[in-house]
Amino acid sequence: MAKKKFVVGCFDDEAVLFPAVKKVRTAGYKIHDVYTPFAVHGLDHAMGLRETSLHTAGFIYGITGTATALSSISWIFTKDWPLNIGGKPHFALPAWIPIMFELTVLFAAVGMVLTFCYLCQLAPFVKKHHFHARATDDLFVMVIECTDKTNTDDLQAFLSSNGALETKVEVAEDGWWLGRYDKDEMPFEEKQIVAA
Amino acid sequence: MASLRTQFEVPGKMKTWSYALIGLGLAALLYGMFTKGFSSDEHEQVHFWGTLMYNTIFWTLICNASMFFISVTTLAQAGFTQTFRRIPEAISTLVPIFGAITFAVLLYIVFGHKHHIYHWLDTEAVAADPILKGKAGFLNPTFFVIWTTLTIALWSFLGWRIRKLNDEADAGPMDRETSEKFIHRGTVRTAMFTVWFGLTVGSTVPWLWMMSIDAHWYSTMYSWYTFASSFVAGMSLIALWVIYLKNKGYLELTSQEHLHDIGKFMFAFSIFWTYLWFSQYMLIWYANIPEETVYFKHRTQGAYKGIFFFNLIVNFLCPLLILMKRSAKRNYTLVTFMAVLIIFGHWIDFYQMVMGSLMKEHVSLGWLDFGILAFFVGAMILFVGTALSKKPLIAKYHPYLKESVIHQV
Repeated sequence: MAKKKFVVGCFDDEAVLFPAVKKVRTAGYKIHDVYTPFAVHGLDHAMGLRETSLHTAGFIYGITGTATALSSISWIFTKDWPLNIGGKPHFALPAWIPIMFELTVLFAAVGMVLTFCYLCQLAPFVKKHHFHARATDDLFVMVIECTDKTNTDDLQAFLSSNGALETKVEVAEDGWWLGRYDKDEMPFEEKQIVAA
Repeated sequence: MASLRTQFEVPGKMKTWSYALIGLGLAALLYGMFTKGFSSDEHEQVHFWGTLMYNTIFWTLICNASMFFISVTTLAQAGFTQTFRRIPEAISTLVPIFGAITFAVLLYIVFGHKHHIYHWLDTEAVAADPILKGKAGFLNPTFFVIWTTLTIALWSFLGWRIRKLNDEADAGPMDRETSEKFIHRGTVRTAMFTVWFGLTVGSTVPWLWMMSIDAHWYSTMYSWYTFASSFVAGMSLIALWVIYLKNKGYLELTSQEHLHDIGKFMFAFSIFWTYLWFSQYMLIWYANIPEETVYFKHRTQGAYKGIFFFNLIVNFLCPLLILMKRSAKRNYTLVTFMAVLIIFGHWIDFYQMVMGSLMKEHVSLGWLDFGILAFFVGAMILFVGTALSKKPLIAKYHPYLKESVIHQV
């Protein structure tokens, strides 16, 4: 965990945001992330994010579920405790398919939810820095990671010229930390002071 | 918009191919008709009329599936279909044509008193049989003819009304009020089609046309199974035409995004088909009651074993494993391959549904089946191509067109 310097630009229109993202990338800046109040179609492509591998994980979990169900049921019903049920063969595959199916779905679903939480770093008490409180309300917030050589004034001017309503420089934690917002620095703190 | 190629012209090569296939099919049909259809041997007759029956029903249903696709997407207010909607529309124009052929074949079977195909036509047998007597209210020539007539006529008529309404979107720009009204009228018309579709394909018609071959046996799942089979093949047919037209440089506004959605339909309904296949099979396998297992006896243990499991591989395992990946559904070559495979697979499925009950002892798949298949493929290409060339490929002023153009999966 390290503190890093970021330049934050806020936009209020998707139609302005998209060309800005493109220009920032062409200019060679590294976009840390873009925070939006809702899912914006095509933004992942514009930012050049790679396809998620969540579905590959889902496939593997599903196969694991199928294999678990098939191996355990077949072991139980043919080796461990064979029972005669309605004169059916011990290896009664059709009767097991619903259970295999259910376990496939269960493994895939639970596994994918947990993987999703892991990939997005979501868990109770896991906190991340909020670059701008209005990202949860009505602003599209673009966060650019600075290097030693970044001239923040130039970058802020560049963002403003591309339609950013508001720009600022922030030094913030780039990873997650465990804690509570009421104990840590509040994202709304500054605003409340202004209002008072 | 001005540079779009919206006027399809039937290429000479396509005409040649379709005429060749139709010619081949007619030759097989005529040869079959004189050697088998009018032969004095009951067995040969059953072979010929059964083959004709499953082919006509299959092709009518998969063309009708196109209109069902239009209807459900309209009812769901799905915009993405607009850039290629004229294709399912063109395919659905075949319903009256193929429907008339089906009607003629079925009527010949009923009035020609082919009780080796429909056992319930045999009045003496029905009178002596308490099970068939109990079904006589449903399985009798009068009801059969009335219901079949209504079915095909209403499919054609309600479908025609939906296509006709969409022609208004060619005429000129609509203001807000007109387009709202247009969407509402479309919703009403497609709802009517969907209801009739549910009453026919979704329930009665597969029982009446195909399940009644095994007059004693029944499965409530059968109609859904038939619907799933015909719908997934119908989606594949739409995919093939979309890809063909894209290849020829039409449909500039249709992209991989739309193909992806069609691919999803093919994938999802293959799984749905398997779900029904398995539900029907497992319940009967589990209960193990002789009057129910009779349907599967010769299919899983007799002559049809190979076809029966081949069916499962082609229609379930292949779509499941090949179409699962996102990149596969966006790949034109792979979708083309899978569409052909799925159509063929479900044709085989219809084959075993009908012929598996008519000729239990041996598999008759041969020149007659493929000849008649060639006829229908040829006729389909010719008629769909002609229908496509009659209208612009895109209804330019449809209120949802923009939504479709910017569609992204």
